Amino acid sequence: MNIHEYQAKELFRAAGIPVPPGEIATSPADAETIAKKYGGMVVVKAQVHSGGRGKAGGVKLAKTSAEAREHAENILGMEISGLLVEKVLVTPAEDIETEAYLGVLVDRKKQAATFMVSREGGVDIEEVAHSNPDAIRTFTVDPRYGLLPHQALWLANELYDDPKLMKQASKIIGQLYTAFIDGGCSMAEINPLIATPTGEVKAIDAKVTIDANELFRRPNVAEMRDSSGEPPSETKAREAGLSYVKLDGDVGCCVNGAGLAMATMDLVKYYGGEPANFLDIGGSSNPDKVVSALEIITSDPSVKVILFNIFGGITRCDDVANGIVEAMKRIDIQIPIVIRLTGTNEKKALEILADAGFSAYTSMDEVVEKAVELAGEA
Amino acid sequence: MAIFIDKDTKLVVQGITGRDGSFHTTQMIEYGTQVVAGVTPGKGGQTFDGPGGKDVPIFDCMDEAVEATGANTSVIYVPPAFAASAIMEAVDSGVDLVVAITEGVPVLDMARAHAFAHDRGVRILGPNCPGLLSPGKSKVGILPAQIVTEGPIGVVSRSGTLTYEAVFQLTSVGLGQTTCVGIGGDPLIGTNFIDCLEAFEADPDTTAVVMIGEIGGTDEQEAAEYVKANMSKPVVGFIAGQTAPPGRQMGHAGAIISGAAGTAEEKMKAFEDNGIAVAKRPKDIVGLIQDALA
Repeated sequence: MNIHEYQAKELFRAAGIPVPPGEIATSPADAETIAKKYGGMVVVKAQVHSGGRGKAGGVKLAKTSAEAREHAENILGMEISGLLVEKVLVTPAEDIETEAYLGVLVDRKKQAATFMVSREGGVDIEEVAHSNPDAIRTFTVDPRYGLLPHQALWLANELYDDPKLMKQASKIIGQLYTAFIDGGCSMAEINPLIATPTGEVKAIDAKVTIDANELFRRPNVAEMRDSSGEPPSETKAREAGLSYVKLDGDVGCCVNGAGLAMATMDLVKYYGGEPANFLDIGGSSNPDKVVSALEIITSDPSVKVILFNIFGGITRCDDVANGIVEAMKRIDIQIPIVIRLTGTNEKKALEILADAGFSAYTSMDEVVEKAVELAGEA
Repeated sequence: MAIFIDKDTKLVVQGITGRDGSFHTTQMIEYGTQVVAGVTPGKGGQTFDGPGGKDVPIFDCMDEAVEATGANTSVIYVPPAFAASAIMEAVDSGVDLVVAITEGVPVLDMARAHAFAHDRGVRILGPNCPGLLSPGKSKVGILPAQIVTEGPIGVVSRSGTLTYEAVFQLTSVGLGQTTCVGIGGDPLIGTNFIDCLEAFEADPDTTAVVMIGEIGGTDEQEAAEYVKANMSKPVVGFIAGQTAPPGRQMGHAGAIISGAAGTAEEKMKAFEDNGIAVAKRPKDIVGLIQDALA
């Protein structure tokens, strides 16, 4: 789960990391009031779940509060990567001497939290990794002991030569690790970590991704979810316990299991169609889940045909069949549905479907070809 | 032969009294797996009523269960909040293999559990995996028994139902399996492709391997290099997620393309570059295996 910069900064502040103050504005007038309060130069920053905010014109420096208002007017309501900006962060501008990069994430290969530090901050770290990999130092934290003080110092030493800056950075690295663990994060990044001309080290940006599996035990972090950036259909799917990602095609897919769901989308493309979504109805599919899945798929106006691909293991085919029949009673579906069911309780499922006037395929290729053909005709 | 589990596998089920645990314990016993014990804290001394009168004693803790029954493998159907703790308890109890079915275990919990298991030389399979099945010998996990048959093909996959699809197609043309292993869809997993490939290469009954990957991470690319350098047996590959958009998680926590890394295209190319025949569709796996064995 992604959280906004201002929320990530709250987590950082709670861990003791020096972060400049800032407040959220949802209107140009608010932005002006906040800027007046701080006096001097401020930065107006779009709060949206997307990288590249600066390049898109979503981050602006303002010399006066009137200018802050003007920037907020432009930024609020703009779209960045297709996401509507509804909030801006107004924060005092800092004098910058140097910009560094400090991040920690869960490394799959090392199977533990791994730090990345670089003196080349303020730019996309993936670009640095590509163009100048030697400029990045990584360090994997042993989960048995956590980050040890000397390890934080080693990393700080990579960032600064001045001992005063090094000491501050070392402390911040330890605090970032604490924020990372306490927040249940899979990624926490400060880019840039700045040193000011007066010799202070501060975090002026913050990016955090939370491991969704942690939310059950971190209600304070769970509250940070902002669904406004996602399509309503994805919010609804999450609440119904379904994995759903909206795509641009017209073949609506309803599959059990993530791997098979991806393979089904790929096969739609193979036969010349375009999938409208990824949807995994999960392992034990009770009929209600199937109903929710159909409601979500049919709420997308570009969907021209609905494709079911069910391989019954734990999922019982008859449950899915009952769900389809139930959904047809509850919602008015005007587009064709093609169904492939095989595995556990397949026979029972085919009988249920036949009684309701449906037929089903047993091969994945046949059903996908049929779905693509129907989408083409519609 | 088979890999990781066989007729000598003596299994403890952690979470045997739960909904999933009890359902799958019955299925495993019906398949012929030696389920020797169950563990549910607070229910020690009770008995699980297995099918065909095969009752299973329940213990409070893993150490008791292993001491009393000589179990060498554990399978975990414990809710996510307690799964990492259950895994570490199993590791401490003296079993050789811990199969973690649970989906939704916090990643940082697993970082600790993997380090713990690594220190003690115990293999973890999963989490968020369907388990494994050696046809005719033993089944540990949730793979449906009706789709497998004995034979010479090793199957290893990050997915559940996509594995069933591939195995079902192999079985339907008479190509049986030595062992089918689901390694799991999470970012941090205990047993990876290379561990399974190494075991299949060493298993005299396995003549060819099917490897089913998906977007996210670089495990498939490293496995491909391993195949070229170390394997004499043919490997056929499939990658799911060619149409997945970057930056979005596709169901599995580990299935996310970050930056340019982890795309299906990159993985398929790594397979081809290292002599692994790539199936364009799941259906094509069968033909490629038949070609490889011809």
